[in-house]
Amino acid sequence: MDKKILLKVRNLTRVFGSKKKRVVAVKNVSFDIYENEIISIVGESGSGKTTTARMMLNLLKPTEGTIEIEGEDISNFRGKKKREYWRKVQGIFQDPFASFNQFFTVRKVLDDSFKLFDVQPSKEEKDKRIRKVLEYVNMRYEEVAEKYPFELSGGQRQRIMIARIFLIEPKLLIADEPTSMIDAVLRSSILELLLSLREREKSSIVFITHDLGLAYYVSDRILIMHNGELVEQGSADDIITNPQHPYTKKLIQDVPTLHQEWAL
Amino acid sequence: MKTLKLLFTSKKFVFGLCLFLTLLFLGLLFPVFNHKDPLDLAGFMYQPPSKEFWLGTDNFGRDVLVELIHGLKTSMFIGLLAGTVATLIGVGIGLTAGYIGGWVDNLLNTITNIFLVVPPFVILILISVSLQNRSLGIMGLIIGITSWPWTARAVRAQATSLRVREHIDLAKISGMGTFEIMLREVLPYIMSYIFMAFVLQVASGILNEAGISMLGLGPSNIVSLGTMLSWALLFEAVRTGAWWAFIPPALTIAFITFSLLFMSTGMDEIFNPRLRS
Repeated sequence: MDKKILLKVRNLTRVFGSKKKRVVAVKNVSFDIYENEIISIVGESGSGKTTTARMMLNLLKPTEGTIEIEGEDISNFRGKKKREYWRKVQGIFQDPFASFNQFFTVRKVLDDSFKLFDVQPSKEEKDKRIRKVLEYVNMRYEEVAEKYPFELSGGQRQRIMIARIFLIEPKLLIADEPTSMIDAVLRSSILELLLSLREREKSSIVFITHDLGLAYYVSDRILIMHNGELVEQGSADDIITNPQHPYTKKLIQDVPTLHQEWAL
Repeated sequence: MKTLKLLFTSKKFVFGLCLFLTLLFLGLLFPVFNHKDPLDLAGFMYQPPSKEFWLGTDNFGRDVLVELIHGLKTSMFIGLLAGTVATLIGVGIGLTAGYIGGWVDNLLNTITNIFLVVPPFVILILISVSLQNRSLGIMGLIIGITSWPWTARAVRAQATSLRVREHIDLAKISGMGTFEIMLREVLPYIMSYIFMAFVLQVASGILNEAGISMLGLGPSNIVSLGTMLSWALLFEAVRTGAWWAFIPPALTIAFITFSLLFMSTGMDEIFNPRLRS
């Protein structure tokens, strides 16, 4: 099956600071993201996965290397081109509280995402769509629309963020640890919502996570990052059943299982 | 609009606002009904409060009450103008430097530091001396232009820390422009800060005017709370026991500052939604 490449990442490197304080956060990373696939970038804290995500979202300029969408380098995008890119590539962040401007209601946050659209829908149309996407994430418009973020729970806030993604319908969603600050009970429902994005919009999703178990559960392909380098990539099954890199082997060993006794 | 309505649920804010407006209207309306000239030599030197002169007379035998209300008007005007000018410049420079960062930050920070190390009072004196005609507006402008760096500093520090928050990232990937993000995503978070800085700027504007008036460089031929205090000082009102010459203007300055501070505390509770209960 020949799939189309959506995002092409080549030799991506990011350096912070200079001289003594020089830190290479991401080293020479290359990978492709195909249409309608789910991949996970797995790594521990400081492995450079969030920096990679920020570069993919065009929030941070790479020191070296390129990210290409449809043959165009995203670092040259300005103004309208940038908006077009964000129409195609969107993100969800780790901390559902910090993602909100605390002075705006849910309704306003969702309204703002229409800014990315070239043609502004009418007020009724916007209203209709917002109601629809809130329904997707199992929330009632009347209950949440006029609420401020601090009046909502973490899970509710993250669901609003997902509703926002449904509104924009991007081709690629980059979710940076979307469930790590949410109660374990709510995690699976948030994950299912994210996965439904692939079914509904035929989008691709990149999960950034430290949890290999989760990555295996949701993704087609897994990329393992360690100390800023991409140490291994392959299909989820290959990575789990036949890991090549010692770091990957160690990661797999560290996944706790319910049926075995933990060696602590 | 909603936030404005909410403001009026804060008792502190309403109290501060009422006090401030009372003082403001007193200064604005009194001269409409009472046509007495504040510079008129109505009585003798340092007459204590009486039925004729409710707050006594000053060293020139002028009615302190009439002077006080005209002075209140003048000082409020200068303070508000200076505070507004200083806040506008300070917020503009601080927000740009803090949010945009990089060389813009370096450049603006250098300018701010230069203004910060030169004592504003010296600049104030130099400009005042070089001006022939010192009207109220010019005085307010000069004080404002020399006192913005502290506001710029405070705003810059806040904007720098807000810049890296996730909601700013979200605003960016929602396609908002730099200016829009500064106004909508950064400014509301530091609004109460800015108002507090404004309050202090207004208060220090009033005091600066008083200080410069004492040197005889104040606005020409106009009574202000500052000039009243300086006359009281020059003509030894304290030693002569003429408390009515300096306590009323000093109290008035205190009341203005007090009312503004109350408003700022009330606003902090409202602007920071987490403090709303």
